[in-house]
Order: sequence, then C-alpha cells, then structure tokens
Amino acid sequence: MSTLGYDIAHLLDGAVLLFSFMLLYQRRMSGLISVFALQSVTLAVVAAWGAYTRHAPHLYASAAIVVVVKAVLIPVALHKIMTRLGIHRTVDAAMSIGSSMIAGASLVALSIMLVLPVTFASAALTRESLALALSTVLLGLLMMITRRNAVTQVIGFMSLENGLILAAVGVEGMPLVVEMSIAFSVMVAFIIFGIFFFQIRERFDSLDLPYLESFRGERR
Amino acid sequence: MTAVLLILILPVLASAVLALVGSYRVGAWINVAASVATFGASCALFVSPRLTTLLLFIDDFNIYLVVLTAFVGMTTSIFSATYIRHEMETGRLTPRNLRFYHAMYQAFIFTLLFGLVSNNLGFMWVAIEGATLTTALMVSLYRTHAAIEAAWKYFILCGVGIALALFGTILMYLAAQPVMGSGLGAMAWDGILPRVAEFDPTILNLAFVFLLVGYGTKVGLAPLHSWLPDAHAEGPTPISAVLSGLLLNVALYAVLRFKILLAANGNAIAPGPLMITMGLTSLTLASFMLYRRRDIKRLFAYSSIEHMGIITFAFGMGGPLANFAGLLHMTMHSLTKSAIFFTVGHIAQVKGTQTIAGIRGLTVTHPRLGWGLVMGVVAIAGLPPFGIFASEFLVITTTIARQPLLAVPLVLALLVGFGALVLRLQGLAFGVPRGAPGGKVEASLVPLYTHLALVLMAGLYLPPPLVVWFQNVAKLLG
Repeated sequence: MSTLGYDIAHLLDGAVLLFSFMLLYQRRMSGLISVFALQSVTLAVVAAWGAYTRHAPHLYASAAIVVVVKAVLIPVALHKIMTRLGIHRTVDAAMSIGSSMIAGASLVALSIMLVLPVTFASAALTRESLALALSTVLLGLLMMITRRNAVTQVIGFMSLENGLILAAVGVEGMPLVVEMSIAFSVMVAFIIFGIFFFQIRERFDSLDLPYLESFRGERR
Repeated sequence: MTAVLLILILPVLASAVLALVGSYRVGAWINVAASVATFGASCALFVSPRLTTLLLFIDDFNIYLVVLTAFVGMTTSIFSATYIRHEMETGRLTPRNLRFYHAMYQAFIFTLLFGLVSNNLGFMWVAIEGATLTTALMVSLYRTHAAIEAAWKYFILCGVGIALALFGTILMYLAAQPVMGSGLGAMAWDGILPRVAEFDPTILNLAFVFLLVGYGTKVGLAPLHSWLPDAHAEGPTPISAVLSGLLLNVALYAVLRFKILLAANGNAIAPGPLMITMGLTSLTLASFMLYRRRDIKRLFAYSSIEHMGIITFAFGMGGPLANFAGLLHMTMHSLTKSAIFFTVGHIAQVKGTQTIAGIRGLTVTHPRLGWGLVMGVVAIAGLPPFGIFASEFLVITTTIARQPLLAVPLVLALLVGFGALVLRLQGLAFGVPRGAPGGKVEASLVPLYTHLALVLMAGLYLPPPLVVWFQNVAKLLG
C-alpha cells in the first residue's frame, strides 16, 4: 500500500474516533442522532477505502450495508421515534462535559497502551486501526454509562458496534460473514429497541432510566 | 451430517409455522411435537457418521451438550404447555403473546443448538447473540414494570458482553490469520486447534480476556451477573427454566472452546487461574446473597449463579478429575435447576404469588408439588443421594488434593449456600400453611419427576459408557 493510502486510512480511522468524542459531549437528541449517522458514513468510507487499497471487494458490501442500515435507516427511524414520542429536549448526563472528555481521552490512551505492545508482529495498519477501534468501543461503553436516557444508551451501544466493525474491517481478510451478521444483528436489535421504547413509554411516560430503575424487581 | 442439519432445520421450521398459528392450544402442541422431534434427531447424532465442515462439526464435547439441550428443551415444552394454559385462564397472557412466545421458544432452541454445533467461531458468536435477542423479548412478555426493567437490563448488559466477545473473536482471527491464511479457514475451531501453538501468544492473551469477560457475562459470572436474577424472576417460568438450564451452559461452552485453544499454546497465559478467580467470586457472592431473597424465582436464580461459579471453578482447576466433575455438574445442574423451575412455576400459579413469605406448608396443601420442591432443593443443595453431591464431592476432593488453600473458601461458600437453601426450604415446604389456600392446578408432573429421577440415578449409579465418555471429553478439555 502506498504511503498516501496508508495515511488516508489512518485519517479516516481517526475521524471515526473523533465522532465518538462528539457523541460524548453532544447534549441535544437530534444532534446525537446526526453525529451517529456521520460516524457511520465515515465508517463506510473506511471500509470502501480498505476495499480499494487492499483489493478486497467484499469490503464494498460491508460499506454498503453500513451506509444503508446505520447511516440512513436507523437515524431516520430514531428521528421518527423522537417525533412520535415528543422528546426534543436536551438529555441529562451523569458526568459533566469536561470530566467525560478527560475520561474519554484516558480510555484512548489505555487502549493504545494495551493494543500496540501486544500486536507488534502484525501489519502496522492493523495495529493502529485496532487501537483506534478499541478506543471507539470503550468510548461507546463510556457513553452508555454516562447517559441516563434509553435512546442515548442505544446510540452508545450502536457506536460501540461501529467500533467493532472498524476492527473487523481493519484486520486483513476477515471473512464477510462477520460484518454481515453484525449489521443484521444490529438491525434486529434496533427493531427490538424500538419496541422497547414504546413499551417503556407506555408504562412510565418517560424514557429516562432512573425513572425505570425506581421500580426495583424486589421491593421490600 | 443429515442429523446435524435436521436438529437445526426442525426448530427453524417449527418457529416459522408457530409464528402463523393463531390458536395457542395448537401452538403448544406443535411446540411439544417439534421439541420431541428435535430430541429424536439429536439422539440420531450418536449413530450418524461425524462429518466436519468449515461451518458445522460434531465432536465428543458438543454432542453431549446437544443431546442435553434438546432433552431439556423437550421437557420444558411439555411443562410450558400446562403452564401457559393456566396463564391464559387467569388472563395474564393473550393469544397474540403466546403466538410470539412459541415462535421465539423454537428460535431460541435453534440458536442454542447452532451455537453448539458451529465450527466457525464467528457463527458461534452470531448464535449466542441470537440467543440474547430471542430471550430478551420473552423476558418482557408480561409487560409489567419489573419485566420491562429486567428485559432492558438483560439487553444492555448482555449486549455489551456479547460485543466484547466479538472483539475477542476478531482478535482471535488476527492471531490465526498469519498462520492459517485469510478466509473462513482461520475461524474454524477444529482447523485452528492443531496449529494454535504457532500463534502469537500475546494476541491470544488479549483475546481470551475479552472472550472470558464477554461470554462470562452470559454465563452469569460475577461481577457481570446482575442481569440474571431479574431476567429469571420476571419472565414466564418456562423461560427461567431454559435460561438456567441451557443458555448458561452454552455460554460456558463457548468459553471452554477458547480455553482449549489457549491451553494448546504453551506460551499464552494459563486460562485456569482467571477462571478460578471468577468462579470462586461468583460462588461466594451468590451464596451470601441467597439469604436476602424475598422472591422464590430470584432465590433459585442466585443459586444458578452459585452453581455456574462452581462449574467455572472446576474447569479452571483443569485436569481429568476436575474437568470430569465440571462436566457432570453442568449436566446435573441443568436437569435439577430446570426441574426446580417447573415446580416453582406451578407453585407460583397455585399460590398466586412469587414471594417466599406468601408460600408456606406446601407439603401439606399440595403434596406432589411440595415434595417435588423438597427433592429438587435437596438435590441442588448438594445432598446425597443426588448427582450434584457426586460432582461437588469430586470438585472438593480434587481441590483439597491440588490446591488445599483454595478448598477453604470453596467449602465455606458451599456451606453458606447450603444453609440458605435449607433455611428457605423449611418455610416453603413445611410449617402451617399460610395465606390463600390456593386453587388446584393441572400440573404436568412428568417433566419434573423425569428430571429428578435422572439426577437421582446419576447419584447412585453412572453407567460405564457415560463415564468413559465424560473421561474422553475431560481429556479434550486439558
């Protein structure tokens, strides 16, 4: 692979991670959905770029799946759910922007320190994109922890899965089955999440999780 | 090979048909018939030649779990038929709920069997993710506050767990790819195993940590166990029975497959100590938590965490004897715990409550259910002559022989758990009946007593072929 191709691949991987940071501090619901869609588009470009430079045509299929499902279908559906349920306000987070940024940056440092020494024998591109992918996964987890609303938790979960696809795309010659199944399961998961939103809404008149948690299964 | 395909196709077909059948009575019958057929097909695995492809394979290890899964799937479907009839009569479920429930039940059995027989590590992951999706929806079937909370928790925690497991699977492929070349061959378990010694051990280490934590969440190992009691307590009881009896086993099976890979590479970390730590922590935590339970289904859910802890501990110890004990305990726990949930399901129906305080003197008011519960709890608490006594005894003796210091917390935790179960059993089964006398329920006691009889038989006499077979699998597990 040429140096330029290599640099572009890194740039794109970095962009996916950057969108994860944006998800961390974005407070408005519609903003969150747009950032998630942008992250998915970038992920699709990563896959397409990998397909082009590494002559792996099956990655084009992964790119197409990501664009259709995660950049179009899911964001559109989430917007629909929001208007149906009338949630336009900003969402609360358990952590302030500053501290969640610091936590995010330290998670990135952690994953770089974890992955780079371990994979010294692998191809250079794989090593670094794996480190960035793990950072995206961990940031997704952080977002799920810091947000107190069901919709934002789901967005965190899906951005976590974007990180997984980033890892799968970065590894040389990973069979397509995996990416397809990820895309598929995300779709199924999303349908189910959608049903949940309505169920929770029906029962609780709110999608905020602390409200949900007050109904402990085991009351004394 | 045809038998393998049959056990996969039957549940899928049944699920598709059940999604279309409106009548819940017909649905229940089709569910039972399909489960019986699947069990029959799984028995045919013993005689049909064992072919191995890149995607599916059968070996000594998974054949026994396939048969166990199909068997418990069958008995649970029989229990489920009587259970849901009562739920329909009391109006807790609607025919639409049940159509969905039956279709999902078969889909769930499919994902379990597919996970067990898949040779491809990626497909194994897909199957276990599928098991999460199908059961999450069944947990929220009652649409109560608590059920929705439980399903949400189950979804989020297991979703994250399964995501970490996928990351581990990708790392495993990364380790395999330089040696095995690109493509499906680098994900086929039986192809990887003979060459795993050439893999980069550092990547294997990293992969195993992710896999253990990821699949460990589904096994219900501490500290990621908190979804388990909620999911068991709030869903329909047949689902609690298959969650405890089957899903936890299949998740543990996935961990063990990777443990074998790691053990075959001399330079990678030893997976044993990690599993011992997680197992012992879960066991200790769960046995203390047993004391504070107010809900009967939660009580037994915590007991499942306790037993998965024992099994993980046994496999972590490794060696022929401990592995043998682990395999035996896996089987016995599956049978006993699902039997207990069968009784508990009917008890909750006759008493109209799940709280322990509301249930007293069962042996007086409902002798057949009451004594079934007594036998189940005696078995699960590890008393002779039941099979769990044999496996726990083996675990303890090997631990004393090899790691005497570890035996202290192990025996202590077991005794603590034992005390809690006996304490609760006294109130539930004996004493003066309290509360509503409780109506009659048409309970099918066949599944319950079949399971208990098998557990009793295993405690008194293990047939030699079974012993030889367990020994072979124990050798494979290293």
